[in-house]
Amino acid sequence: PRAGPVESKNEAAMSELVPEPRQKPVVPMKPVGINTSLLGYIGIDTIIEQMRKKTMKTGFDFNIMVVGQSGLGKSTLVNTLFKSQVSRKSSGWNREEKIPKTVEIKAIGHVIEEGGVKMKLTVIDTPGFGDQINNENCWEPIEKYINEQYEKFLKEEVNIARKKRIPDTRVHCCLYFISPTGHSLRPLDLEFMKHLSKVVNIIPVIAKADTMTLEEKTEFKQRVRKELEVNGIEFYPQKEFDEDLEDKTENDKIRQESMPFAVVGSDKEYQVNGKRVLGRKTPWGIIEVENLNHCEFALLRDFVIRTHLQDLKEVTHNIHYETYRAKRLNDNGGLPPMTVETEENHESNL
Amino acid sequence: NDGCRTLSLSAHVGFDSLPDQLVRKSIKHGFCFNILCIGETGIGKSALMSSLFNTNFEDSPSTHFLSSVRLRAQTCELQESNVLLKLTIVKTVGFGDQMNKADSYQPIVDYIDAQFEAYLEEELKVIRSLFSYHDTRIHVCLYFISPTGRSLKTIDLLTMRSLDSKVNIIPIIGKADSISKTELPEFKKKIMSELISNGIQIYQFPTDDETVSEINTITNGHLPFAVVGSMEKVKIGNKMVRARQYPWGIVKVENESHCDTVKLRRMLCTNMEDLREKTCAYYELYRRCRLEKLGCRDIGPENKPVSLQEVIEAKRLEFFLEMERKEEEIKQRFVQRVNENAAMLEEAEQQASMPILTKFDHLMRMHQAEELKLEEKKKILEDEIAEFIEKKAVTEFIQSQVSVSTPVVSLKTQGLQKVSADA
Repeated sequence: PRAGPVESKNEAAMSELVPEPRQKPVVPMKPVGINTSLLGYIGIDTIIEQMRKKTMKTGFDFNIMVVGQSGLGKSTLVNTLFKSQVSRKSSGWNREEKIPKTVEIKAIGHVIEEGGVKMKLTVIDTPGFGDQINNENCWEPIEKYINEQYEKFLKEEVNIARKKRIPDTRVHCCLYFISPTGHSLRPLDLEFMKHLSKVVNIIPVIAKADTMTLEEKTEFKQRVRKELEVNGIEFYPQKEFDEDLEDKTENDKIRQESMPFAVVGSDKEYQVNGKRVLGRKTPWGIIEVENLNHCEFALLRDFVIRTHLQDLKEVTHNIHYETYRAKRLNDNGGLPPMTVETEENHESNL
Repeated sequence: NDGCRTLSLSAHVGFDSLPDQLVRKSIKHGFCFNILCIGETGIGKSALMSSLFNTNFEDSPSTHFLSSVRLRAQTCELQESNVLLKLTIVKTVGFGDQMNKADSYQPIVDYIDAQFEAYLEEELKVIRSLFSYHDTRIHVCLYFISPTGRSLKTIDLLTMRSLDSKVNIIPIIGKADSISKTELPEFKKKIMSELISNGIQIYQFPTDDETVSEINTITNGHLPFAVVGSMEKVKIGNKMVRARQYPWGIVKVENESHCDTVKLRRMLCTNMEDLREKTCAYYELYRRCRLEKLGCRDIGPENKPVSLQEVIEAKRLEFFLEMERKEEEIKQRFVQRVNENAAMLEEAEQQASMPILTKFDHLMRMHQAEELKLEEKKKILEDEIAEFIEKKAVTEFIQSQVSVSTPVVSLKTQGLQKVSADA
């Protein structure tokens, strides 16, 4: 609907005398082509504040899985990411402890709060992955776990009387740890990522990157990217899910230059140039974890937590979950009947 | 917290930006809001919508002679700073015009249900795109009360009662400039007490959040809103404002001491999210009833959770077979009926086409045949009687040898004769 011809000549006069629109919020303005311009303030933009308030009240769930051979620093990295002891570090296998015969799945949940935002963080560890003599199909328990979470959600969604907010245990992000061999990806890495990139968001990281020089790092990253491309492995952020040009340019840069992130993790602090920083102390210097010149931990942290956290959840919900659901509802005989793990099977850090 | 430990953070992590990330995504996606206006023809629905959202929602004036209530929807996109809102206004057409208003509320209920149904259908699809689905569910219903100054009409109560479990209802008094300031508080009080005494649930602005609870409690006390809308603007001073110009003065739409239009606008905007949330709850209720009607249960036989898809498929098959069977039945009956009618018609035709004499002949012959038949029957009966008499005679003779004979025979013979006369 447009303003009638009678009003057009008064529009100009009107706009000068109309009160200024409210202070624009932090989020950047998106250019739009709309044929209706408002004369006078209505108050529609208050919906942003309402939305923000609502989400702060309900809180967030985030589930992150770490996969990689033992000793690559998975637990340390997760603890560094979330600045707390979310993962219990395994001090290596001593003779009394047995190496798990198969891949185990251990999910531990914590509640953390920052700036009034409450988050239920679940870290899913996969001890035993890649540690056996014969590692064929060692991704299967992991794929099974991921599908079980989709199944759990689907069952809740399909209920007649369903909860207002369905608890979300689906894996939003899977950090895959690549050994810093400096050569190329191992067959295990390729097999895992090939199978799992279709069901979950995979973010490959190069672990213990302090064993490589800058040149070695750049070369290795290039080779890894090439190999992933050749093998048709789409890691997060997947090209096909870029929503608009803005997303595409931002994500292209990350995909083609930054990823896979070469990281170093640490939970020890040292004094450097008068500041307390997280780092690793070596005879030849202190590696500062959050220094971009030393490693790319800060990039990973910003990427996963500060810019793409919500997107990771949305891609999981709108794409991976929907794919699972469609397959499940379509071929009832296609997937084997799922036995969902009950609460007793999960370890909880009490 | 379901067994989760609370951890303290040793430094800034950065997930406090999560609400901002969510907001950014929502803004990219845009918002939608759907308002339903129910009110008599001419009560000022279009004028109010135009005033509330400062856009022209003009409609061609509708006639009072529609045979049933209809609904008309208009969608437009509004933008304020970086918020893009797809606003849909649905208006009743011909409400309150019919002689018999008993069913007036039905098309409205059907419309609201249809939107729920459409959403449910999308949700149940195997391959669905809920993310990009244009949500047409009604978020708020503005019910226009006539400014009689007295009380609610029966149709008001009837309609609101049929809707209060399906949609958020905000009652408003239309064309409120025809009620004086002194009459208005009484009128409002009367309306609210009537709503309460009739058990009609209207939307209450939420009071659980401290920042808005005070304002909302006060606003809840202002219900129903007495609104005035206007399509025209009047020049006052050097400004053009929406107003209604009378010989005795100017009613300014945006003046809060003249009417509650600005209050309504403010309340709608600042509670948009809550209205949407409550609509989701109404939808869940609809969904539950609908699925239960289909025969779905959360726990099937043997206490195993039943797959919704399986149940729907089974039901669909059942209905299909039932339909097929019914169709076949009806077809058979139809064919039978046709044949019967055809036979009847043919006979009647035959009868009608016979010339009178032949008919007479035919009838006479029929009578003769009947007579012959009767004669035959009579003969057979008489033979039987004769046989019987003979037998009787023999028996009696034997009896008489033993005892004294009785005059039974003659009586019996008399009886027999009577019978043979009747045959």
